[in-house]
Parts: sequence; C-alpha cells; structure tokens
Amino acid sequence: MLLTITELSKSFPGTRALDGVDFDLAAGEVHALLGENGAGKSTLIKCLTGAYQRDAGEILLDGQPIHPRSTSEAQELGIGTVYQEVNLLPNLSVAQNLTFGREPMRFGMTRGRAMRAEARETLKDYGLDIDVGRDLGSYSVAVQQIVAIARAVQLSGKVLILDEPTASLDAEEVRMIFDVVRALRDRGLGIIFVSHFLDQVFELTDRLTVLRNGRRIATERTAGINRMQLIEHMLGHELEEVEKKARRSAPGVPSDRPEMLRFAGLGRRGEVEPFDLTVRVGEVIGLAGLLGSGRTESAELMFGAKTAQTGGASDADGTVAIDNPRNAIAAGFGFAPEDRKTEGIVADLSVRENIVLALQASRGWARPIPRAEQNRLADMFIARLDIRTSDAEKAVGDLSGGNQQKVVLARWLAMNPRFLILDEPTRGIDVGAHAEILRLIQEITAEGMSIVVISSELEELIAVSDRVIVVRDRRHVAELTGSDIESETIVLWIAAPDAQDGRAA
Amino acid sequence: MMSRTLRRIAPQLVTLAVLAALISVVFPGFLEISVSDGRLVGPVIDILKRGATVALLAIGMTLVIATRGIDLSVGATIAITGAVAAWSISNGLGLAGALSLAIAVGLVAGLWNGVLVAIIGIQPIVATLILMTAGRGVAQLITEGRILTFSHDGLAFLGSGDVLGIPVPALLWPVTGIAVALLMRRTALGLLIEAIGINRRASALAGINARLLLIAVYMTSGLCAALAGIITAADIRGADANNAGLWLELDAILAVVIGGNSLMGGRFSVAASLFGAMIIQTIDTGILLAGFPSEYNLVIKAALVVAILVLQSPRLASTWIYWGMRLRNRRAADAARIREAGE
Repeated sequence: MLLTITELSKSFPGTRALDGVDFDLAAGEVHALLGENGAGKSTLIKCLTGAYQRDAGEILLDGQPIHPRSTSEAQELGIGTVYQEVNLLPNLSVAQNLTFGREPMRFGMTRGRAMRAEARETLKDYGLDIDVGRDLGSYSVAVQQIVAIARAVQLSGKVLILDEPTASLDAEEVRMIFDVVRALRDRGLGIIFVSHFLDQVFELTDRLTVLRNGRRIATERTAGINRMQLIEHMLGHELEEVEKKARRSAPGVPSDRPEMLRFAGLGRRGEVEPFDLTVRVGEVIGLAGLLGSGRTESAELMFGAKTAQTGGASDADGTVAIDNPRNAIAAGFGFAPEDRKTEGIVADLSVRENIVLALQASRGWARPIPRAEQNRLADMFIARLDIRTSDAEKAVGDLSGGNQQKVVLARWLAMNPRFLILDEPTRGIDVGAHAEILRLIQEITAEGMSIVVISSELEELIAVSDRVIVVRDRRHVAELTGSDIESETIVLWIAAPDAQDGRAA
Repeated sequence: MMSRTLRRIAPQLVTLAVLAALISVVFPGFLEISVSDGRLVGPVIDILKRGATVALLAIGMTLVIATRGIDLSVGATIAITGAVAAWSISNGLGLAGALSLAIAVGLVAGLWNGVLVAIIGIQPIVATLILMTAGRGVAQLITEGRILTFSHDGLAFLGSGDVLGIPVPALLWPVTGIAVALLMRRTALGLLIEAIGINRRASALAGINARLLLIAVYMTSGLCAALAGIITAADIRGADANNAGLWLELDAILAVVIGGNSLMGGRFSVAASLFGAMIIQTIDTGILLAGFPSEYNLVIKAALVVAILVLQSPRLASTWIYWGMRLRNRRAADAARIREAGE
C-alpha cells in the first residue's frame, strides 16, 4: 500500500470529527472518499495535508510513519491537494503559476522563456496545448483545474487528493479532468477523489470508502456495489429509492391546471434568445442544459436580475413588471441563485436575519418586522426545513452548504411567493439534504406554488418536473412532457447538433 | 439587548478608563469638573467639546464603512459647509437660512458621492477622493481665498455657547449619535445597511434597494460633515477654507476602527465609533495636559493608537483567553495539590 491510515482520531470542542478511521490507498488507484457533509471527509483530508494535527492514529506513506505539520510539509512528503475552488493566482500567467516558488533564475532574475518552455513541457503530459504566457484567470475553470493538478503532481508526486474538483464543471469539462486523472493513475499515483456526484464516482474510481459521523462505514470495490447500497451506506438507513418515490404520481396531467403566468418573447442579447414560457398553478418546470447554455440566464431574466431587452411577463390581471428583482418580488416571485455564497446568503448575518431579509426588504425600512415575529419565523422555518444550526442567531456563513441552501429557501417561503425559481438547488450539498429539498419542492407545489428548477442532474429534474425545457446554445430548443421526460430524450436534445445555427457567433 | 450593546462597547470603555487613569497619573486634576460662571469647566468637558467634530464625522463614517465604503471627502465638506454658513450669515440670510443652506450643501456633497458610488459604480475611495481634492477649492471660491469672518451671536452660540452649563458641541454629537443609532435599530435600516455591506449582490436579489440605501448613507455622512462644519465655523467665528476640517476624515476613519468596526463592512455600532472618537480626543488632550513638548504629540498619539488597536485585535483576544485559561487551570491544579498535601 502506498498510504495506510490506521485508527485516525481527531476531536474538536464538542465533536469527535474522526473516530478511529482506517483508510488505505494503493499506487495506481483512484479511491473515492464519500460521506454526507460533516461525515469527516474534510477532516481526514486536512489531517493528511497537515492543516490539522491528528489526536491519535498512524499515517504510513511508503511504509514510513509521517507527521505533516503544514501543507508545504505534506507536499514535500509527496501529498498534493487540489480543491474545488482553484487556489492558484489567476492574475499570473499559467507558466508563472506552474513554476511559482521555483522559477528558473539567472543573475537573480527569473527567466521568462525557460519558464514558459518548462510549463509547456509539463502541460504536454496533460494533453493541454495552451498559451502558457496568458493569465491563468483567462482560461476556463477546467483548464485552471488541470493546471492546479499539474502543479500539485509536480510538487508532490505520490498521493493526489482531489477535493470536489468537478463541482463547478460541465459534462465536457468533467471528461477532460477524468482523462487527466486516469492518465495519472496509470502513471502510478494514488488518487483520493472526493465528490458528491455518485455517477462520477462510479465512472472513475476503483475503490470507495464511506464515512459517516466520523467513522468508517465501508470500503468496497466500486464495481462490486450499486447505487442504492452506496446511498444506504452514506445515509445509514434504508433509502427506499428516494428518486423513484419522488417521481410525481400522474405525469402528463398539468395541462388542465389553470395558467398563472406567461412569459412572452423574453430575451437579452448575448444571454438568451427570446423565449416563451407558460407557468401553470402548482407546476414544476425543469430547465435542462449544460452550463452556459442559457438556463441560468433564462432564470435571471424571469426574475429581473438582468433586465430583459425584449418581451415581458403577464398574468390574469395584465402585465407584470419584472425589470428588476424588487418588482419581481412584489409580483410574488422568488429566486434562489446558483452561486449560494456570492448571490444567495449574506454570510455574516444570522440565520434569523437571512430568513427575514426579503420580507423586510419588501415591507420597506420604516416598518421593521417586530423581533418576536422574526424569532417566530426563524424558529418555524428551522423546524420545518430541518435547518441544522445551534440556534437562530448563528451566522449563516458557519452552516454547511445544504443548510445555507435551506436558509435561502426559507427566505423565499417566508414571502409566500406564487412563483419560485431554484437554480441548482442541490448543487454541492449532501445526499440527505438533497432528498429533503426534493421533498420540499413536492410539498410546496402541492400548496399551489409554481416552481422552475434548473439542475445539471438529470435524474433530479426527471424526478420533480411536470415539464422539462431543454436549453441549448442560448435557446429553448424543446419542451418535454409526460413520458418524454426521461434521460435519454433529454440527453438527445442537449446533444443534438444544430447545423444551420453556425457556431461562428 | 442592553447587555449586548454593553458587551460590544466594553473594549472602548476599558480603553477610555485606562487612558483616564494614565493621564491622571501625570495630571492629577484630569477628572475634576468645576463650575465657573454657571458653566461646567474641566479637561473632560473640554474633550467632550473638542471631540465633537470627529465624533459627528464618525457617525456618518460608521454607516459608510458598514456598506463597505469609505468617505474621504468629509474634511473638505467641513470646509465647504463652514464657508457656506459664514458666507450666508454675513450676507444677511439669517441663522435659519445659513443653517439650512449649509446643511443642504452637505447633503448635496453626500448625494454627489452617493451617485458616483452607487450608480456610476466608482470605488468609494476614488469617488470620495474627487470631492476631497476639489472640495477645498470650492470652499476657497466661496471665501474668495481669505478667512471669512462674521459676527453673529446666534451662529457663534452653536460653537461656543452652552446649555445647562454644557457646551453646545458637547451636546450636539451625543444627540445626533443617539438619533442616528435609534433610527438604525428601531427601523430596519441597520439590518439592510449591514446586509448590503456584507453582500450587495445577494441583498439586491433579496429585493433590497441597494442603490438608494447607498446614496442615503453617503448623504447622511454629508449631513454629519455639515453639522461639523457649522460648529467649526461657529467656534472660530469664521471660515478658514484651507484649514477647517483638515485631515479630520482620517481621524473619523480611525474613530470607526478604534470603535471595533470592520473596514470590510457589515456589522456596525455607532456608539462604539463615538467612543472611538472620544478616545482619540482624550489622547490629544492628554498629551497636551501631560506637558510634552508639542513636537512629540503626533508620535505619541500614533504609538497609543497602535497599542490600542493591537490590544483590541481579535487575534490577540484569543491569546488572552488562552493565557487566562492556562492561568486558571494552573491555579486549580495548585489548589488541588495544596488540598492533597493537607490530607
């Protein structure tokens, strides 16, 4: 074994984050590390990379006990890490990033040409032929991710830890990363792969280890386990095929529901071509498409986060102003954006303040919500959505991703909107919270609220949607209902090449 | 509620107490207050009066900084509004006219900054730098390049008069501070301002009118600067475009920082900033009272400010807690050992 961890324990005040965990990694394998948020994945990784000091246990690398005290020490030992958010310097060139800290020097000056040549040589191994003189930030996240991997491998070269490397990538980019990972595995590296995407785990990894509540639940060969067994390990109880159960009972009936909203010719240059969309009472509309296809842009136009250049919205009472979020909110809309941290939560404010924020904004500053009412709302939604927080006064930024998402949802539910847009509501959150949010979508539409859901996970869309709109190349290309809502059809529409469209633009 | 406010401003109160004790050592009469001619007299009263300009500026600056901005133009706004007040009073506009004109000009200055920041999208430090530079020029145009003096008892009263024995400036800043603090906490303004300071994009998507709020906040800062400008002009019975309010924007920012407010925006406390302003004035007055040669003043002030900021820093706070716990543990261990020895 390349890396052997035995009886690893780590405690924090009030919690035992890791409790006698065993883990091993062979050279030339990809080993998935799985678990819900809070299961101990990141603690285990931080003990490996020296960010945390373990309380007890042993870590053997190549049979030698190691005690990394810092990330750089771990790197020297041969353990490199790549995180979801690329932690390189976007305003330096690719070459500078790759050679950072050990630039080729002459007379105390860096040698730009030698640096670039070295960088090009390095990236050739990764099948990447790019201009290494350009700023790293000018490349896509996938390319940045590969540069980060290249740098980590260069510095360390034995164990590579990939912490959610694919969370912000689309399918094509994920394939690029996977090719790189497989090549590295074939070169004999041991790779630890942390991801929420079970499909990717099944596609890429050789073995997997499941953690739950700081304990190791199972280590299995990936080929020898199926999806349901895996989720069972992660959740710790029989999960009766959540997704199947969540499937709406009677597909194909929504057309007899009364119409609530109609968007006509909504569009904006360079964002999304004009589209029509009719929303019926209590309906869930799924928007499927790749990242950058125009699905998020469609949502932003509907909510007024970006002002539409053409078209508008109307309901039974006439035109509905949606030129900015305030008007859209006044019309009973809500929007939970894709990027929770920068557009959803207000991190330093408490759970209570985040929940009442939209309600307070719509009441105006002069009519504060009485504190007792704020407390009541906060407590109600913490209970109803099962938000895991010590109390309502905790800063939202301290909660886990899934709970942050629930707080954003609570903020809109407190407004009692009629139309809610959820952009990637389950991205980056653990399986348990995932299922809860899908259940919640069912629950609130039963009360008559209508929802648009954007998701990269087809199964999720299929499970909750009455109708699925496929967005491709900034256009709404298909509307699927009833039995057409199945992954093969959706994938076909997403993938269909559009000949007359001409990619020149 | 009260206890939370108290806990928030505790470091500032402790600092003030320590400063008062230090100054009392070298100048024993520091805390004495006597009555002469029906007015209260003493170093403390002097601090409350002289600290008024920075305290007023700190009120507006606290709100601006809470939105993750900064307002460098307040010193120049003091010069402009002081000049406007002096000009209007000497041109026979009367007290009410002079005050409303000066306040209106302060609000316009804030509106200018607010529009640059909120609508045009210029970074606050650059946007307010424009008025900081241009403002003194505007003030010089109003005073025609000289010190514009006036004799009007009504206006002068605002600078050097007293009510119930307390100087007017020493009353003006607490009243303004309490009014603004109540406005922030009794309405939802405080929450909304903190929200846009922490995450403007998310706040806008939650339906907060961030632009309007930002403009209002810069206008409040302009208003506070106008009040400071009026009492500055009233105190010397004249407007000095070159020196009125010079560098005071930096003292105001320092007051906000000593008040424990983050320059990164978000949570704020007007009360803590006001205590910050008083800390700065106490240092200034204390150095004078202690009788150091005047050339030492700025260096000593800087040293004290560094010491205060270091002692208040959160990083050091965790160290205090750590040493405190170690000390307590050792004492407990000692006590246990003594008990064992006794048995």
